[in-house]
Amino acid sequence: MKALTFKGGIHPHDNKHHTEKIAIKSLKTPGKLFFPIQQHIGAPCEPLVAVGDEVKMGQKIADSKAFVSAPIHSSVSGKVVAIEPVLHPGGSKVLSIVIENDGKDTVHESVVPKGDLSTLEPKQIIDIVREAGIVGMGGAAFPTHVKLSPPPDKKIDYVIVNGAECEPYLTADHRMMLESPEDIIYGLKAIMKVLGLNKGYIGIEENKQDAIKVMKEYAAKEGGIEIVVLKTKYPQGAEKQLIKVVTGREVPSGGLPADVGAIVNNISTCTAIAQAIKTGMPLISRVVTVTGSAVKQPANYLVRIGTSFRTLFEASEGFNEDPAKIIMGGPMMGIAQFSIDVPVVKGTSGLLALTKKDVALKPESPCIRCGKCVDACPMNLLPIYISAYAKKNDLEKAEEYNAVDCIECGSCSYVCPSKRHLVQSIRVAKQAIIAQKRAKK
Amino acid sequence: MINNRLIVSSSPHVRSEETVSSVMLDVVIALTPALIAAAYFFGFRALLVTAVTVLSCVVAEYAWQKVNHQPITINDWSAVVTGILLAFNLPATVPLWMPVVGGFFAIIVVKQFFGGLGQNFMNPALAARAFLLASWPVEMTKWVDPFSNLPLLKTPDVISSATPLAILKGTEAAGQTMPSITSLFLGNIGGTIGETSVLMLLIGGLWLIYRKVISWRIPVTFIATVGVLTFIFGKDGFFTGNAIYHVLSGGLMLGAFFMATDYASSPVTPKGQIIMGIGAGIITSVIRLYGGYPEGVSYSILLMNIAAPLIDRYTTPVKFGEVKVRA
Repeated sequence: MKALTFKGGIHPHDNKHHTEKIAIKSLKTPGKLFFPIQQHIGAPCEPLVAVGDEVKMGQKIADSKAFVSAPIHSSVSGKVVAIEPVLHPGGSKVLSIVIENDGKDTVHESVVPKGDLSTLEPKQIIDIVREAGIVGMGGAAFPTHVKLSPPPDKKIDYVIVNGAECEPYLTADHRMMLESPEDIIYGLKAIMKVLGLNKGYIGIEENKQDAIKVMKEYAAKEGGIEIVVLKTKYPQGAEKQLIKVVTGREVPSGGLPADVGAIVNNISTCTAIAQAIKTGMPLISRVVTVTGSAVKQPANYLVRIGTSFRTLFEASEGFNEDPAKIIMGGPMMGIAQFSIDVPVVKGTSGLLALTKKDVALKPESPCIRCGKCVDACPMNLLPIYISAYAKKNDLEKAEEYNAVDCIECGSCSYVCPSKRHLVQSIRVAKQAIIAQKRAKK
Repeated sequence: MINNRLIVSSSPHVRSEETVSSVMLDVVIALTPALIAAAYFFGFRALLVTAVTVLSCVVAEYAWQKVNHQPITINDWSAVVTGILLAFNLPATVPLWMPVVGGFFAIIVVKQFFGGLGQNFMNPALAARAFLLASWPVEMTKWVDPFSNLPLLKTPDVISSATPLAILKGTEAAGQTMPSITSLFLGNIGGTIGETSVLMLLIGGLWLIYRKVISWRIPVTFIATVGVLTFIFGKDGFFTGNAIYHVLSGGLMLGAFFMATDYASSPVTPKGQIIMGIGAGIITSVIRLYGGYPEGVSYSILLMNIAAPLIDRYTTPVKFGEVKVRA
């Protein structure tokens, strides 16, 4: 079958060779772990524990009454030693529960198998997902139970698992597909059950032939699941682009995937759902790719949430040379860090340590109007003009050129031969336009 | 573990290797085959004129930036590209001061007066050519046959030969016979330094498309439009035109692949580029068939250059998600 793809996009070096062949290694975290009360899109949680409390592994330690939110659980057993603001990968300090690990991993009483998928009702599955604190684990961390509860007027007919992993360097999802295919299928089946569907899709980029093979094998055992082979191109895993490729439908401007009857979930989100149902263990660990040319021993770690980045880099034996940039996530959309004393959160898919050479920023030169940004834009926008108006602070014009539709994938900045900061300026304009609109309301 | 300060900036954190210089260098590489053909057919004088033009452009850029305390950008190769393109639009017989005037005009008046790289609203090389043609029409149209043994430094005193287009037009060159299609294709005909060898220009043009420096849209639509229109509106009635001669002669190949695709002065939208190509094709055909000049490629491109911003404005692509929300 021919690999499918979308219009536009770029072909950065994927640099996945560092870690794609390395099996996931489970990592223990001695000492302190940090649990920010906000690890998801939506309302922050309230701590349910106090300093001095003993907590167990899998115990809920923070929750919120808001619908769009997700509870947080302790990933180890031990003692709450502080509740204080701690540096968050987002760049600011966030109130966090600090737990001293006692190393015993005493499991909390609430962690019990939730029953058989065939006997569970959709409503029960949604509750399990919510109680387990499961969020989109590709990076955005949108609460999964919200995705699974579309408004009644939106009939969902496509559920897609995102195995594209189009960001360079990252291999966490790739390894999961090779090592836990049955959990991925199980999680997908659970989502299909919630939405009353008997067909599900898993999209995988062509550069992961081994994963395609394994997933096809397991999908064939179950039936009702189709593996969609995608062309290797960034941003193939962007939600809107993936939906278009799989369903042929375009999510309307300003709309949500549910508007075209589709929902997309990450590979790790599916395995988290499987774990939550099968063992009752909430989302307390995830796979993180630690890589980049500055890292001595690149690896994929199964790590407890709350573990400091420093612990992960130490497990990889530190650095070959001083890293110039530390990034949480991929190099295209990840967040640059100014410290490694930051905890792994639910959306931490990878940690990159890049050298000066990798991230060398050449000076901007004037736009030569080559139009490469226009060809690269997967949203069919004109980054050249949006950016020009954004830089002049002409928000009205930037909006006219659809700045708000930008998905911030960074393809325009990547291809620009003049090294102009296109997406960066568009992002600023986009946020200003949205803020302006909110103020008017 | 970390001794230095980390760089914190907004994503993306990696960039492609391509730079303005690498793009411009690709254009220089693409122009090289035609330059070799020029040296072969018109002798060393063609190379000399080209060298003088390139040098003038680079010096003009350097002088302007120096005087205005701007960063010196002559190593980005863009002035070199302008220089080669201008030289390609001159006959090998021009007196050597003329490329100097042309080079300074192209860089200072057309490019730098309007803001420098990427800001010129017309193709600098073509605008300079138009300026030279208007000022010194005789020197600018002294075509010689290939292998004429031109003196290197002295301005050659030669009798102008007719270009194929002038013969097609049947005006001053009436009665002369057309060169063969093979001669046209190889470039063994009279004309400006770089326009005659269709073969070599095609090689360069395909290189640019292969390297994704340009898209196929402008050159293909431009050439196709000229072919179709010159065939339809033939001298002896509809559908009798000599389209093959029209497509292979004059500055069409050079113009379509290298001049009309100039980034700064052509549209960036896909649809806009197609309009640019078709528009230039129509104007070229009208000038060639009904205008006062035998050739119209330069003027057609210049006219479309002026329309480029407007074309961009009205050809904004339909954005992703511009669909009705399902009820």
